[in-house]
Amino acid sequence: MKKTYVIDVDCANCANKMEEATKNTQGVKDAVVNFMTLKMKVEFEEGADPAEVMPRVLENCKKVESDCSIEF
Amino acid sequence: MNKKQKNLMYRLIASALMMIVLHFLPIRGILRFVLYMIPYLTIGYDVLRKAFKGIMNRQPFDECFLMAVATIGAMALAVTKSGDYTEAVAVMFFYQLGEFFQMVAVGKSRKNITELMDIRPDHANLLTEEGIEVVDPDEVEVGSVIVVNPGEKIALDGVVIEGSSSLNTAALTGESIPRDVSEGSEVISGCINMSGVLKIRTSKEFEESTASKILDLVENASSRKSRSENFISKFARYYTPIVVYSALALGIGMPLIRILFLAADPMWGQWIYRALTFLVISCPCALVISIPLTFFAGIGGAGRAGVLVKGSNYLELLSKAGTVVFDKTGTLTRGSFEVGGIHHSDMEDAELLRLAAYVESASSHPISKSLVKAHGLEIEREKVTDIEEISGKGVKGLVDGRHVAAGNEKLMKDMGIDYRPCSHPGTVVHMAVDGRYAGHILISDLPKDKSARAIDKLKKLGISRIVMLTGDMNSAAEYVAAELGIDEVYSELLPGDKVGMLEKIMDDNGQKAQNRPSIFVGDGINDAPVLTRADIGIAMGALGSDAAIEAADVVLMDDDPTHVAVAISIARKCMRIVYENIYFSIGVKILCLILGAFGIAGMWLAIFADVGVMVIAVLNAIRALFVSGKKISK
Repeated sequence: MKKTYVIDVDCANCANKMEEATKNTQGVKDAVVNFMTLKMKVEFEEGADPAEVMPRVLENCKKVESDCSIEF
Repeated sequence: MNKKQKNLMYRLIASALMMIVLHFLPIRGILRFVLYMIPYLTIGYDVLRKAFKGIMNRQPFDECFLMAVATIGAMALAVTKSGDYTEAVAVMFFYQLGEFFQMVAVGKSRKNITELMDIRPDHANLLTEEGIEVVDPDEVEVGSVIVVNPGEKIALDGVVIEGSSSLNTAALTGESIPRDVSEGSEVISGCINMSGVLKIRTSKEFEESTASKILDLVENASSRKSRSENFISKFARYYTPIVVYSALALGIGMPLIRILFLAADPMWGQWIYRALTFLVISCPCALVISIPLTFFAGIGGAGRAGVLVKGSNYLELLSKAGTVVFDKTGTLTRGSFEVGGIHHSDMEDAELLRLAAYVESASSHPISKSLVKAHGLEIEREKVTDIEEISGKGVKGLVDGRHVAAGNEKLMKDMGIDYRPCSHPGTVVHMAVDGRYAGHILISDLPKDKSARAIDKLKKLGISRIVMLTGDMNSAAEYVAAELGIDEVYSELLPGDKVGMLEKIMDDNGQKAQNRPSIFVGDGINDAPVLTRADIGIAMGALGSDAAIEAADVVLMDDDPTHVAVAISIARKCMRIVYENIYFSIGVKILCLILGAFGIAGMWLAIFADVGVMVIAVLNAIRALFVSGKKISK
């Protein structure tokens, strides 16, 4: 399952860091962060519940870039 | 400006004012320290917090950390020695000023791009029995009728059933000339209706419509990272720790060496100051911000010109491309059979064409269809009688009471008519009227008007090898190649052979292939495997073909082959900016680091070097947005 979220982040490099952190989150198969449109596309692993995975994604992103936000 | 930016701006102004006031206050001792802490914390509290969080999350080595250590260190030195707190506050101030500037610049260019790429229709006017109902484009079913008023975006792909107008397709194709449409024209979503009211029968759901597909492509564009970008993230990963340890060596090591080996005064203060300067200079902001930003702007700029690039790595590959392989049909040629000439005819060309169209009107053969299309007028069926189709040879019939035969050489031979062969490549339709030879009509797949210019532009860009592949007959291929100035042609290939041929071309390039990647340009029909196999697959005018969009790395939104050269130029400009920024920032940094280590450059110079380099690099990066030679009308 794929879902798109609106994010906020200040710099292109931070966006790359967020993407990396999201990819390494449990339950996430793949993720793409687009700095241009400030959107994050997350592909969840089969059976993973986005509502349960997304808080973990946010937590991991905050670790690498404390100044970011994800709307979900 | 958004809330964050405004907030930072107020903090910058407030702390600057405080510093001016403090400068004139003759206060000494602890109170002076406390007073100076106010502007320091006003401007730098978030940097300190971020640095602290970074340490807690074991991600300590980022620019916030560098700034925090440098300014806290400078504060500590000021308390114990000089009493000059200005420096620490100034460093933080200018760092934040640079951040502010960067945020505004990025925000501006983002707005710029997203506005131009704003092709998402927000509503559709659905025609129902009760009248017009405004609905979400998502809810419109295939086969419904929508009404598009002037000034509105076409919400879904479809066919015009009523009205005529001109469409602005600039956001989709980068083409500023409006496209005229009328009843029967196929239209794609995302175009802006400029003049008349159109009624459109939708042919696709919103999800499948062009606008959605393009947006999907744009939003996934950053998924593939270029080597330069990876280089920068790797660089930052090693660079910052190295700098931090070098600073430690400078601040602690040097005094220790002085004590232990030189038996001299350690001069702690001086060496720690130099170490802190070192930290400020070394902040890698200019690089880590400007390189991804350049690609971001480059992809955006390309999108504005009608070139969708799926990732920054493809910009990098495109810039180095050495070989361009074109598919012929539909890419360099129009892909449809058209009347290319009428020869040796005694009667008027139009009359001969009319007779041909009439006699062929009952046939479904592509050649027959192209004749009917070329005739252009309504066929009066009652005027054609006694049609006899001779398989593999042609058609005979009575038109206006005259015996008309249209077909190939075999038909002419069978009828015992002396025909004249055609010297041009293509399919030839010989005509006989009332038993006499009446000339022939040449049907060929003509090159697009812009194809010759496209090849010429590529040659001017220094693309050394231009190849054309086709499944067509040799003569037709040679003809098109000669017309366009292509030297290398492989013809009569089956669709499956094309991959093999491309591989052979790539092999020929041998060792160089790595540094001079090969581009394949196709129209997406039957060539998805070749698009995938090439270093860079460019699908042209592929808006209709899902397979091509999926397989290609770069999608040209219209079918103009000159856009291949445009794509390469954009990529080269983008890469040039990337390298300029890499060399410039690293160069200035290294120079300042050396100056700093020897104590020639103080902290003031350090922060100016850092912010200055970043501002220049960011401005330079934004240049990638502007694509030359293409004016976009909004």
